[in-house]
Amino acid sequence: MADILEIKKVSKTYNADSDNPVVALDGVDLNVAEGEFVSIIGPSGCGKSTLFNVIGGLIDDHHGEVLIEGRPVDGAHKDVGVVFQEESTFPWRTTLDNVAFPLEIEGVGKEERDALARKFIKLVGLDGFENHFPAQLSGGMKQRTAVARTLAYEPRIMLLDEPFGALDEQTRMLLGDKMLEIWSALNQTMLLITHNITEAVQLSDRVVVMSYRPGTIKEIINIELPRPRSSEVISTPEFGTYVGKLWTLLREEASRGMEEAEAEIAAT
Amino acid sequence: MSKLHKMPIVVGLIGLLACALILEYSVDAGWVMQLVVPRPSDTILAFPEVQADMDLFGNFFVTLAMTAAATLLALIIGVPFGYFLYRNTRYGVAYEGWLAAAFAAPTVLLYPLFLVIFGRSHATLIAMGFIPGAIPIIIQTRQGLLGVSKTLLNVGRSFNVSERDMFWKIQLPSAVPTIFTGIRIGVMYTLVNIVAIEYLIDFGGLGRIVSEMYFRFDTPGTYASIIAVVFVSVFFYWGFGRVEKWLRPV
Repeated sequence: MADILEIKKVSKTYNADSDNPVVALDGVDLNVAEGEFVSIIGPSGCGKSTLFNVIGGLIDDHHGEVLIEGRPVDGAHKDVGVVFQEESTFPWRTTLDNVAFPLEIEGVGKEERDALARKFIKLVGLDGFENHFPAQLSGGMKQRTAVARTLAYEPRIMLLDEPFGALDEQTRMLLGDKMLEIWSALNQTMLLITHNITEAVQLSDRVVVMSYRPGTIKEIINIELPRPRSSEVISTPEFGTYVGKLWTLLREEASRGMEEAEAEIAAT
Repeated sequence: MSKLHKMPIVVGLIGLLACALILEYSVDAGWVMQLVVPRPSDTILAFPEVQADMDLFGNFFVTLAMTAAATLLALIIGVPFGYFLYRNTRYGVAYEGWLAAAFAAPTVLLYPLFLVIFGRSHATLIAMGFIPGAIPIIIQTRQGLLGVSKTLLNVGRSFNVSERDMFWKIQLPSAVPTIFTGIRIGVMYTLVNIVAIEYLIDFGGLGRIVSEMYFRFDTPGTYASIIAVVFVSVFFYWGFGRVEKWLRPV
C-alpha cells in the first residue's frame, strides 16, 4: 500500500539556546503505509511523545519534514488525530458531548453530530453510557471516550500516545483487542506509543524501537503474526520470540536511559 | 432530589435546631447574658415587630439588590480583567501581588472618600461593594485560566480549534470552579462591605436596621436583622451554586 505518512530527517532540540540543550530527536526517518498499525517503543525520554507532537503539528520549531500524502504538515492537521496519554476527556461534558466535540467545532448540526457520535460510541463499546460524565466512568472507559472522540474527527492517521498506560494489565489487553477491532473495521492508519512490549507485538504490523537520547530509530521489526489477532496470540511461541527480540533491543537503551537519568539526579 | 442530596440539608437543619435549643436553655439558665444574646425564640418573635417598625422585608431586598448590582459590576469588570492578566503574563505577574495586597486591605475605610464622590446614595454602596468583590474574581479568573490542563489545550489544538472556541469551549468551562470560588469569596466581601456602609452612614438596607436596633438596645431586633443579612448571604451562595452547576454539571 502507498505511504500515507513520511517523516524525513526530523530533529528537535529543547533549550537549543541554553547551556544545556536536550536533543530529543535526531534525524528520524520513517514511512507509514495507509492502514498500517505501527508501534513506537523506547525508554522514557527517547523523544516518542515529541515525535507525535511533531506529526500532530503541535510542535513547529523542528528540523526536517513531515508529509501526509506528499503534503507538508504545518500546524494541527485535519488528517491527524491524537489520543493523549493523560486524562483528556472534558469533565463538564457527557460521553456523547465529548465525542461530538470535534464535530461541533466543525459546525456540524446537533442532530447529525449526535448521530455520528453515537456511531463511534457504539464502536468503542460505550453504548448505554452516552449521558454519563467522565467522573462516572472508569479509567478505561474514559480513554475509550477519548478514542471515540478522535475517531469522530475522522482523521486519516491516528496517533495513540500511550492511551492505556495508566490502566491495569488485563484492561489494557482487552482494550488492545478493542483497538484491533476498530482498526480492522475502519482500516485506520494507527501509530501507537507504548512502553509495553506485549502490547506493541499484540497490535502492530511493525514495531519501531527508538534509542535513548538523542532519539533515533534503532531498529524496525516486522511483526508477521497472522491476522485477525486478539490477546490470545500471546500464548504462541512466535509471540514470545518477538517479545524476546524487542526486549534485547530495548534493554540496552533502557539501561542507558536509567543510568543517565540517575547521573542527572546525582549532579543536581 | 435524591436521598443522598437531601441528607446534608436535613442534617444541617437538625444541627441548627439543636444549637438554637441549647442556646435557649443556656439563656434561660442564666449561663449567657440575655442582654448580649437573646433567646432564639425571642429573636423569632422579633421578626414581625421589626417588619412592622422598619420594613425588614423591603430592606432585605434593598441590601439584596445593592449586593447583586455590586457583584454584577465586579463580574463584568473582574472576569475580563482576569483574562487580560492571564493573556499578558507581564501584567499578570506585575499586578498579582498588588491585587492580593489590596484584597487584604480594609477597603471599607475608604467610605468617606466615596461619600465625597457619590454622596450618601446607593452609588456609594455599590462602589464600596464592588471593590472587595472584584479583586478575588480577578485573581481567581487568572488562576483558573492558568490552571487549565495542558492536555485539554492540546486536545483543542489537535482538533484545530479557533482561539474563540478554545476560550469558550475549553478554557472557560475548565476554569469555572476556580472562578466561582473567587465569585463566592467576592460576594461575601461585597455583602459585608455594603452592610457595614449601610450601618455606618445610616442609609437604606439591613445595615441601617441593625444600627437602629443596636442603638435602641433592642437585642432580639438586632439579631433578627442580622439573621436577615445571613439570608442574603445564603441566597447568593445558593444562587451562584446553581449557576455553577448549570455551567459545570460535574
